[in-house]
Amino acid sequence: MEATTEDRWQKVVYDTLKKNGVTIFSYVPDAGHRMAIDLSLADPDVHSVALTTEEEGVALAAGAHLGGAKSALLMQSSGLGNCINFFSMITGGKFPFLTILSMRGDYGEGNPWQMGMGKAVRPILDAMGFVTVEITQKDEVERAIDAACTMAFQSGEAVAVLLTQKLIGAKKF
Amino acid sequence: MANAEKAAPKFELDRSVVVPQLVGKQEDFLFIGGLAGTAKDLAAITNDGANYYGMAGAMGAAVAMGLGLALARPDKRVFVATGDGELLMNVGALATASIMNPPNLRILCVDNGHYGETGYQLSHTSQGVDLEQMAIGAGIKSTMTVETQDQIAAGARMLRESNGTCFVLLRVKPEDGPKFKRDMDPASTRVRFLQAMKAKA
Repeated sequence: MEATTEDRWQKVVYDTLKKNGVTIFSYVPDAGHRMAIDLSLADPDVHSVALTTEEEGVALAAGAHLGGAKSALLMQSSGLGNCINFFSMITGGKFPFLTILSMRGDYGEGNPWQMGMGKAVRPILDAMGFVTVEITQKDEVERAIDAACTMAFQSGEAVAVLLTQKLIGAKKF
Repeated sequence: MANAEKAAPKFELDRSVVVPQLVGKQEDFLFIGGLAGTAKDLAAITNDGANYYGMAGAMGAAVAMGLGLALARPDKRVFVATGDGELLMNVGALATASIMNPPNLRILCVDNGHYGETGYQLSHTSQGVDLEQMAIGAGIKSTMTVETQDQIAAGARMLRESNGTCFVLLRVKPEDGPKFKRDMDPASTRVRFLQAMKAKA
């Protein structure tokens, strides 16, 4: 899978998750995750699970953990709102959990429909007891994903990595 | 066949009797139980065993959780039991399970046509919604409905032997299942399940 200079960091996201032992990738598609989704689909060593709604990915991660597998949920930040009730199982059950959010409603957003959830992302993650890791620069990606995997899979935390719009850019309208 | 011409659904079987018949030898499965009735059905069958993880919240999570477990442990049969209300809350999970189609995933929906836990309000399945038809529409290849005594053996066979994700709709009387005092701590039951998996590995 060829990465252009512009989206090479997206390949780093995938490669770093895989290096940390993630074998189940679940997602609702988003442009910010295009490369990771395509790479997971083409990779015979992992399961690539297309979800109908993001909350399925939360439950899927918990089930994968019970079976001894590591998983990552890739979603747009708007999907975070769909997950909230299921997060009570993650934090109540102390399940290790990792999600990578591509932000909308963030720095430079031009679609007013995205702003409500965009502004709510951090308060929601705080309220549900997550550790939040923000990435704003391409050269931070590998270190940040490594750090997130360590907190999720070794310390057993619920961890959200935010791919901010400073990193991915804002969609033009 | 148009909906109006179909025979009326029969909510007559006793879940406390039939769910154990559909499971058979429980040691052969890993179980995920949705909240409320099905969690108690499975707790009673496994004696709240370490091969069982049951919910008491996160309504709608059971099928996707079973899918994650089935993908992680292809060497084990994973048995999800969910209720009609719980499945309706996240019926799209049937589509996700269908396209992955792990051969070791089996889904039993215990349909009593009601929201039993909250006072037996009518659910959609008492009003014309057919969850087996929704599973068929989701693309699940092996499906059946069990609503009479003579269908139980075939249902048990499908849940045990299907070599692809299967879906069995069990219609039962709108009555509580077994009374069973289970451990409702989501963390200690998680650790219990993990330790049993490691001990057997």
